[in-house]
Amino acid sequence: MYKNPLPTKTIGNSKISNGRVHRMINRSKWIKIFIGIMVSSILLSSEHNLHEVSAFSNQVIQKGATGEDVIELQSRLQYIGFYNGKIDGVFGWRTYWAVRNFQYEFGLKVDGLVGKKTKASLERVTKYHKSYVHEQINKGKRFTHYGGMDLNKQTAPKPQKQQKAKQKQENQGRTPANTPQNQGSGGQSQANQAPPQKPTALNTPGGFSQNDIQLLANAVYGEARGEPYVGQVAIAAVILNRIESPSFPNTVSGVIFEPGAFTAVADGQIWLTPNETAKKAVLDAINGWDPTGNALYYFNPDTATNKWIWSRPQIKKIGKHIFCK
Amino acid sequence: MRSLIRGIIIAVLSVAVVGTAFWGYQEHKEKNAILVNAENNYQRAFHDLTYNIDLLHDKIGTTLAMNSRSSISPALAEVWRITSEARSSVGQLPLTLLPFNKTEEFLAEIGEFSYRTAVRDLDKEPLTEEEYQSLQTLYNQAAEIQDELRKVQHLVLENHLRWMDVELALATDDENADNTIIDGFKTVEKTVEGYAESDKGIIFSGMQKRDENFKYLEGKTISKNEAIEIAKKYGRENKGDIHVEESKKGADYGFYSISYKDKNNVEVNMDITKKGGYPIWFLKNREVGKQKISLNDAANRAIKFINDNNFESMEMFESAQYDNVGVFTFVSTIDNVRIYPDAIKIKVALDDGSILGFSAEEYLSSHHVREIPKAKVSEAEARKEVNPNVKIMENRLAMIMNDLNEEVLVYEYLGVLGDDTYRIFINAISGKEEKVEKLKDAEPIYEDLV
Repeated sequence: MYKNPLPTKTIGNSKISNGRVHRMINRSKWIKIFIGIMVSSILLSSEHNLHEVSAFSNQVIQKGATGEDVIELQSRLQYIGFYNGKIDGVFGWRTYWAVRNFQYEFGLKVDGLVGKKTKASLERVTKYHKSYVHEQINKGKRFTHYGGMDLNKQTAPKPQKQQKAKQKQENQGRTPANTPQNQGSGGQSQANQAPPQKPTALNTPGGFSQNDIQLLANAVYGEARGEPYVGQVAIAAVILNRIESPSFPNTVSGVIFEPGAFTAVADGQIWLTPNETAKKAVLDAINGWDPTGNALYYFNPDTATNKWIWSRPQIKKIGKHIFCK
Repeated sequence: MRSLIRGIIIAVLSVAVVGTAFWGYQEHKEKNAILVNAENNYQRAFHDLTYNIDLLHDKIGTTLAMNSRSSISPALAEVWRITSEARSSVGQLPLTLLPFNKTEEFLAEIGEFSYRTAVRDLDKEPLTEEEYQSLQTLYNQAAEIQDELRKVQHLVLENHLRWMDVELALATDDENADNTIIDGFKTVEKTVEGYAESDKGIIFSGMQKRDENFKYLEGKTISKNEAIEIAKKYGRENKGDIHVEESKKGADYGFYSISYKDKNNVEVNMDITKKGGYPIWFLKNREVGKQKISLNDAANRAIKFINDNNFESMEMFESAQYDNVGVFTFVSTIDNVRIYPDAIKIKVALDDGSILGFSAEEYLSSHHVREIPKAKVSEAEARKEVNPNVKIMENRLAMIMNDLNEEVLVYEYLGVLGDDTYRIFINAISGKEEKVEKLKDAEPIYEDLV
């Protein structure tokens, strides 16, 4: 419900053009109406353009980046058909190839980096309907942003949820006939002042899904939430080393749920909700930080009851845990 | 009056007693049901394991008896499948506290060997005499393991032994508990341990783990104080205490672990090799604020860091933004040939662009002076080996580790098939397709979708 203010911008616009249309009908001939509509739509769209030309920030956008600029980049590339993937705000491989194709077609240096020149060319040949894109993302809809096509036809309702009663209006392809129901509300809302749009996707390191990372974070939090940060990275690294090792199962869940392998699994502490630190530690470990020197086991010397674990060759101590081969 | 009250109290109390008894009985029943359930899971995994070993033994036997190559390949693939099932069963048994590694490793090795032989073109490269010998040895060893496991299985069935007791005995490390299952598995483990490396012969040459001992490192062994001096370079100024600890005996290589607080009271941890004093990794743990610099700026900081620290001719090949942190992977290059095993990772904060960490473990263990061999296959010929449906976008020469853990010179192709991007490596000496990787794209945030 709180998302209502977003469409009002377009509603405001439509009211103006509508008023103009009515006046013209009163005054004179049908040709003028036609011209009037043309002129007003040109005016409006150029105004739209002016409004959003400065949208890209100054950063050079490179592969792997996420955020508002990437959403705009993907939308603009899609506008001229270079990018057919989802507009999700993550500069992945598909976006990368789209950028390179664009640079090639427009005689720019083909490097996959979106700098000043590429941005300028993009802004020259494409449009970006920011409010439309943001609205679709906020409502979690599936949508596209191709140029020369009615935007209303490029959006599908969110799969599970019921379609909202509101119809979306945009500058493109609007006719007077479908505006009256919106006439009461007015006032321009500033889409430009809205907080930057968050991406709807995430970079995840190769070979691991978000859910794997969550499971690892659960294990790390359950096992070592009182430990210093490196100690937590170390626990995650041990789990990853076990996945690599031939003497242990090959999957995240296989290693974590091996009976007797982790006390946190045995006593249920693994199901506590992990904090951000645990997740960061897991991400560091997956990205290649191993503070343990390739350890496969660890134990707390104060509480360990098993004698066998003491016989393992020890590598180092981090926090309360001794890590061993 | 009094007797009435007494009557009421007695009635209430007896109801309470009966209620408690009933509740207790219910709880007891539930607990038993759960225990039986857990026990059944263990039993199933155990019987599956013995069954799989039976099967494994038979299958290796049939492979030995086979003559035609066309039937050996599927039979070996079957062996491979069975070993992975057996391993999965082992993973479900509460044996972690019992050293049962050797048996799992043994299974992994059989799996590796059978897989590699199964996918090999046996028409071009038939099984050698040595490989037959090795298979024969494996057959005999599988027979021994099978025998031991069957003995345990028999005892379990005859005496109604429970795995729950094993778990308990292992957890409490009760020496007196005479546990047939534990003893049985210890015997199995001993049997496997007895197979000396030489028995396994050439089969496992490919399994040799990559050298983790930093054998390529040069320089003299440094002292604790020298290590501190090196650490200071990475953490800038600091005033507080510096903790240095030497690695313990079990480490693959000697290193110093150093931790201190930097000027912002942020904990910095790092490891430095004793030999030559090379930093292996370092990590700074601080809260990273809102993103202020772009990933590209951060990449430039990472490049500067690489240059400042005298890593020669490194090239950035991967960059990714995780919220407000950028992670960059660098690989070294020689004459524009990328050396993938020489990788360094750098983590940069996107609020102020400072370096949060780096990891040079892979680089240190593999970097050495290399002779880049001359490609024998031309680029155009290699290109023909790539699936014609893949649209090639980029290509270059690179050195990678192949499945046999050998460094090979390859043509690397980045190509698109459908919506996905693939990295394809074609051996530049033999023209063989070495590896094809599907490159990962961003994953949707499910919280927003559901």
